[in-house]
Amino acid sequence: MSALLETKGLRKYFDTPMGTLHAVDGVDLAIDGGRTLGVVGESGCGKSTLGRTILRLTEPTDGQVLYAGSDIARFSAQRMNAIRRDLQLIFQDPLSSLNPRMTVSEIIAEPLRVFKITGGRDEMDDRVAHLMKTVGLADRFANSYPHELDGGRRQRIGIARALASSPKFIVCDEPVSALDVSIQAQILNLLMDLQEEHAISYMFITHNLSVVKHISQEIMVMYLGQCIEKASSEELFANPLHPYTRALLAAIPVPSLEARKKRKGTIKGEVSNPIDPKPGCRFAPRCSLASSECAGEDIILRESGAGHLVACVKNGTSS
Amino acid sequence: MNVNLLEIEDLRVIYKTDEDTIYAVNGVDMSVKNGETMGLVGETGAGKTTTALAIMKLLPERTGFIKSGRITLDGIDITRATEHEMEAIRGNTVSMIFQDPMTSLNPTITVGRQIAEVLQLHEKSKSSSEMARSVDEMMELVGIPSHRKNEYPHQFSGGMKQRIVIAIALACKPKLLIADEPTTALDVTIQDQVLEMMNDLKERLGTSMILITHDLGVVAQTCDTVAIMYAGEIIERGRVEEVFDTQIRHPYTSGLFGSIPNIKVTARRLNPIDGLMPDPASPPDGCGFYERCPKKMEMCGKKPPLFPTEGNGHAIRCWLHGDCARRGDGS
Ligand SMILES: Nc1ncnc2c1ncn2[C@@H]1O[C@H](COP(=O)(O)OP(=O)(O)OP(=O)(O)O)[C@@H](O)[C@H]1O
Ligand SMILES: Nc1ncnc2c1ncn2[C@@H]1O[C@H](COP(=O)(O)OP(=O)(O)OP(=O)(O)O)[C@@H](O)[C@H]1O
Ligand SMILES: [Mg+2]
Ligand SMILES: [Mg+2]
Repeated sequence: MSALLETKGLRKYFDTPMGTLHAVDGVDLAIDGGRTLGVVGESGCGKSTLGRTILRLTEPTDGQVLYAGSDIARFSAQRMNAIRRDLQLIFQDPLSSLNPRMTVSEIIAEPLRVFKITGGRDEMDDRVAHLMKTVGLADRFANSYPHELDGGRRQRIGIARALASSPKFIVCDEPVSALDVSIQAQILNLLMDLQEEHAISYMFITHNLSVVKHISQEIMVMYLGQCIEKASSEELFANPLHPYTRALLAAIPVPSLEARKKRKGTIKGEVSNPIDPKPGCRFAPRCSLASSECAGEDIILRESGAGHLVACVKNGTSS
Repeated sequence: MNVNLLEIEDLRVIYKTDEDTIYAVNGVDMSVKNGETMGLVGETGAGKTTTALAIMKLLPERTGFIKSGRITLDGIDITRATEHEMEAIRGNTVSMIFQDPMTSLNPTITVGRQIAEVLQLHEKSKSSSEMARSVDEMMELVGIPSHRKNEYPHQFSGGMKQRIVIAIALACKPKLLIADEPTTALDVTIQDQVLEMMNDLKERLGTSMILITHDLGVVAQTCDTVAIMYAGEIIERGRVEEVFDTQIRHPYTSGLFGSIPNIKVTARRLNPIDGLMPDPASPPDGCGFYERCPKKMEMCGKKPPLFPTEGNGHAIRCWLHGDCARRGDGS
């Protein structure tokens, strides 16, 4: 079976006064229908840019984005518009992504109008009411404006809007970060239910590792624009190989006071710079295992055990 | 020093919209001692941000009102302070890291200038080269290479913008720092560094903090005390040891602990607390959690449970617990 969505050598560079910023730097990934790929990594490592480039909300610098087998990175604007309703985004930042002059029901109805999904006014109202119910927004908010609502309800509007066009693939960019654990659990269950019912595929970007573990079958760890480790969810947590992945797992705050006493220092060091990076491992300057082998040449992703890819010359051998 | 820097008594805040009156904060009592960090936790819409905005006196004009109550900050009653007095208090005594980093940065000014402007307000005597060095330091402190100071907010990722906002708030060296979900947009390693940095500030300068978060892990790692908010009320508070290391909790708090996705467990479905918070436009007569409570009794739907307004011990606003249960029995 071929993947629903695949990228090959995807790159997105930005020109800045200081040089070329490598936001996404050669990413290969594949997501099957009805499956979830979790994407984690340091703030600024290019997760949102990767999502936006896949959806062509920003033009890729190089590489392919294959949706159902065709390279949409090369689609004309017109062909792109024809498939847009299949590919949706739930944003990281609900407030700045919602039009402040539109009411909740207008926001949710917009994709229905734009993609000409419903016929009459009544049908439209029904659809909107149904979507609001699906994401747990009470009717009385239909005429509210986003700024009048709390963060959690705003994020629900974003989810309802993304669901409106019955998409096949959704990039979820931190969809639950603004939510408390209880509502977060409700929304995650909702996203999983929708996936089961409609076989939607997700690319799920988050900082929350316990969340990503729950929702994804496969997880990709990014560092400065590149994929540095990829494995099934269980495998990654049971057997993290890359030193960055290990640091990430060690830094998860645990809701117990015992953990507070034995806090280990996480990675320190020079902050990584995405502008004109030198060849070699990009994590090396902050890595306790780094040696001369890590510089000079780009480190490629290598298979280390079934389906477990890692870009580290040490291959997690010592720790 | 064991003195309360902040004391809030029976705070009530409403929002007036075209259609309804929203009862956002309904009688909050809390206090924060010098040099202490209080975690403020609660469901979305519980009124956490509203409480913070009331302390800053930054509720939206014409819609948000402090209906009653008293907020004493560093000996001054905020509710009676004039806007002119507040301008001096904000920044010097209290500063806030807002929940939404994008809206608190000016998109047309470089991030370096935005940090410098705040530093200037507080350290007027600095030369421009000293100022430039301070800006670099602040940026490095929050983990952003200082050579990016000439870039504009849209050129940064969400988490990087959040770190710049944190740098700006810290630049003021306030006595009370209110941080509204300061690390929600950050990955765990940077979160760890930021929390470390805030802890360091607390130790070096004796800064008090209110840390608004929904991450109980963050509370466990950084807070001295914790207050759990639900439907505009504090329903449980105490020292973190008392709230975390116990089975005696408010049913809502138990639900919160139960909703956390556990990294060690493989079950796919999570266990949220069913249902939603009551409509803040028409708060119920009895306990706000009644509809969703797995342990509800008949009386809970009729009479709001009591809560001690004084003392700093572990307190639970529930008919099943402590004073409440005893007084409930007696009446
Ligand atoms: N329009 C732009 N112009 C210049 N640089 C940009 C632009 N958008 C993003 N970048 C840069 O690209 C890099 C990746 O940003 P991106 O937003 O994809 O990160 P992220 O992984 O989503 O981070 P976060 O977890 O903080 O949201 C960052 O260094 C950012 O500053
Ligand atoms: N400007 C406003 N106008 C009308 N209602 C408002 C306004 N701001 C907040 N509210 C309402 O007040 C209540 C409390 O909101 P608040 O933002 O304080 O919650 P919160 O606890 O900070 O939630 P979150 O975790 O989502 O940030 C909510 O019901 C919200 O919808
Ligand atoms: Mg992002
Ligand atoms: Mg809030």
